[in-house]
Amino acid sequence: MKLDIVLAGVGGQGVLTMASLIGRSALRSGINVLVSEIHGMAQRGGSVRCTIRMGNVNSPLVARGSADCIVSTEPLEALREIDRANRDTIVLTDVNPVVPPTVIFEDVDYPSVETILDEIRRNCRLIEIDANELAKKAGDIISKNVVLLGALSAIDILPFSHKILLEEIRKTLPYKDINTRAFNLGRKEIMRRKDEKR
Amino acid sequence: MEIIDAKPGETLLLLGNEAITRGALEAGIDFATTYPGTPSSEIADTFSKIARYLKAKGKDVPFYFEYSTNEKVALEISAAASLSGLRSLTCMKHVGLNVASDAFMTFMYVGCRGGNIIVTADDPGCHSSQNEQDNRYYAIFGNAPMLEPSNPQEAKDMTVDAFDISEELGLPLILRTTTRISHTRGIVRLGRIKRSRRKGRFEKNPFMVTVPSVARARHPVLLEKMKEAEKLSERSRYNKIIERGGGVGIVASGVSVGYALDSLEILGIQADILKLGFTNPIPREMCGRFMEEHKKIIVLEELEPILENRLKTIAHDLGIDVEVFGKDSGHFSRLYEYNLDIVVEGISKILGVENPLPEGGKTKLKLPSRPPVMCPGCPHRASYYSAKRASPRDTIYPTDIGCYTLGRSPPLKMADVLLCMGSNAGMACGFSKATDQKIISFMGDSTFFHAGIPAIIDAVHHNHDCVITILDNRTTAMTGHQPHPGTDLTGMGEPARAIDIEQVVRGLGVEYVRTVDPTDLKECEKAFREALDFKGPAVVICKHPCILIENRERRKRGEGIPVYQVNQERCKRCNRCIKEFGCPAFYFDEDGKVRINEELCNGCGVCAQVCPFGAIEKVGERK
Repeated sequence: MKLDIVLAGVGGQGVLTMASLIGRSALRSGINVLVSEIHGMAQRGGSVRCTIRMGNVNSPLVARGSADCIVSTEPLEALREIDRANRDTIVLTDVNPVVPPTVIFEDVDYPSVETILDEIRRNCRLIEIDANELAKKAGDIISKNVVLLGALSAIDILPFSHKILLEEIRKTLPYKDINTRAFNLGRKEIMRRKDEKR
Repeated sequence: MEIIDAKPGETLLLLGNEAITRGALEAGIDFATTYPGTPSSEIADTFSKIARYLKAKGKDVPFYFEYSTNEKVALEISAAASLSGLRSLTCMKHVGLNVASDAFMTFMYVGCRGGNIIVTADDPGCHSSQNEQDNRYYAIFGNAPMLEPSNPQEAKDMTVDAFDISEELGLPLILRTTTRISHTRGIVRLGRIKRSRRKGRFEKNPFMVTVPSVARARHPVLLEKMKEAEKLSERSRYNKIIERGGGVGIVASGVSVGYALDSLEILGIQADILKLGFTNPIPREMCGRFMEEHKKIIVLEELEPILENRLKTIAHDLGIDVEVFGKDSGHFSRLYEYNLDIVVEGISKILGVENPLPEGGKTKLKLPSRPPVMCPGCPHRASYYSAKRASPRDTIYPTDIGCYTLGRSPPLKMADVLLCMGSNAGMACGFSKATDQKIISFMGDSTFFHAGIPAIIDAVHHNHDCVITILDNRTTAMTGHQPHPGTDLTGMGEPARAIDIEQVVRGLGVEYVRTVDPTDLKECEKAFREALDFKGPAVVICKHPCILIENRERRKRGEGIPVYQVNQERCKRCNRCIKEFGCPAFYFDEDGKVRINEELCNGCGVCAQVCPFGAIEKVGERK
């Protein structure tokens, strides 16, 4: 078994927390796992990339075109990781842009969200989700990373049950009620779409 | 707290850095010191967390730990512990060893008694550093034995063994990691935590006073010990051949071992791997045998071609006919860190096989970059805004190491030159003599204690006409909010005497000293104007806690975070808030109106002072 996941987002959105929760769930399920994180200056509102590799792996970074899944808390950051993706890669991303201040001072615009999503669709399999809205519904926008974990648990890619992931969330994170609601809302949203397809 | 409570034989998901701390506990560590620096910080932070956790439970803490004033002081303290017979460790980032190098070079001559480990965390790729120097050179430079882990499990195991090796040789030992070892989480199987001793005894010995005659006597002793170290390296379990067959041999150390193994699988080829973990002294015989057995050798090491050059020397000395591929052959770079893309490509080129990695997705869209920025609500932004308004065009702004270095970005652009910790004030002195420009330099509170004070003394003694700013946010923010000598808690959670920065500055003889709260823009700007008018060195202390700590405290007290919004009826579109103050919570919406992103705003409210039309107002609070 081998599974390569790239997590992306903006510093402060909880990308490291997501990585650690997935990693701990793998450990509990007896699966070998390596998680590469980014700390220090790199996380002050900048682009953040974490990689998680599971199974028969010896090094922490995901190779070009080799990600099984990209999960992003911000649409532009999902597109930034597109060189890690191939045609079969699933990209699960939130749709709420965080516009970097560079657009004000440099000659580059933030593309429209639809343009970004189209670019991702052109390259691989896109699953978009409004995690902000579901997080607010759960009680705090800060739980958007947990909404995405719930959604990830519903796309049948993780080699362990969603129950293990939720247990780790409840064990590790504060605000257990909000985070449990956030996880379930994210998960239900994807399950609902699957049912509709059927 | 699982890292201390987990039982031997259990497995935990640990950062390489956390694994080093656990390893030190399993070696019965007595003493740990540090100055924080990414990517090394979590080693020390884990000692600090364990100490505070045990204390809260009313248990004895089995070691002494401190955040020292700087890396040199940290190493001197740990050297004293070692010479008293205690097991001690000092951890720092790669450039920290530059600061500690004066102590380090001669500590090698003196040697150690209790095992002494110097952890250097290198940063290939400069993820959070001002350079990507290769500290393996320090091991060669100072004649220190060196171990390099290739994954978190090995980081733990090597730390345990490092203490034994250090004691056996009587030499301090360098444990060298890189960002991808320090900041990779992996599964680590734990061993038993050993009891520590806590107190040692210093036995006097004239050979510890390194006057010239003693130094001349100690140098040959050091070289003899390194010959012994080479024997240990030859039979170390960390130097081994991973047999995969094939006529090609790969020599790798550190994270490159993992890249080698995974690349072979991606490429679908066979090659034996000589994995080096005990890298100084290099096991010459073992390397010689490996080169004898393989016609082609590929060397995988990030940064400098250190192993590569040593292998070539060994091949030359032993008359081995072998082709060595690496950096000199042009297949690998001396720049930045490696990854699977680079290693697969390099090996495929050397062996003339196809690179099977898929191309990867592509986009023609130009994506805006997202470099790290000072947080919304950061008090440094307010300090910079005021200093900029107070200073004439052409003012030089020497900066320093910390979050505030990010003030270099537009619109503030308040950082012109940076060398190292403390360099802001020294360079301010230099510019004041070398130019007729005005100078305002900036350093943080922790930097002030670390290396800022000597340059202020220089400014006073020579009456250099410059403004030196201390951005006092009451913590060492960038590396993860560690305490420093200006705060009132130690790394073990004990009350500490907080050193008053203003008193120190006055004590140095600075005549113009003003402490201001930078979130009061008018007062802050006034202080900078006065300081610029003052002839001679002037110091402005901008004192306000880091917004992340301030908001954490607010939440603890059950208070809400204020929420601000732009009143669009009052807004006159002057854009001063977004184009001059530049808080990242501001953005232009699709109609070109300035808005505040509620997900980002930290509620400092300084922008309300910036707006000339009173259009930014508090609209509520969020929990």
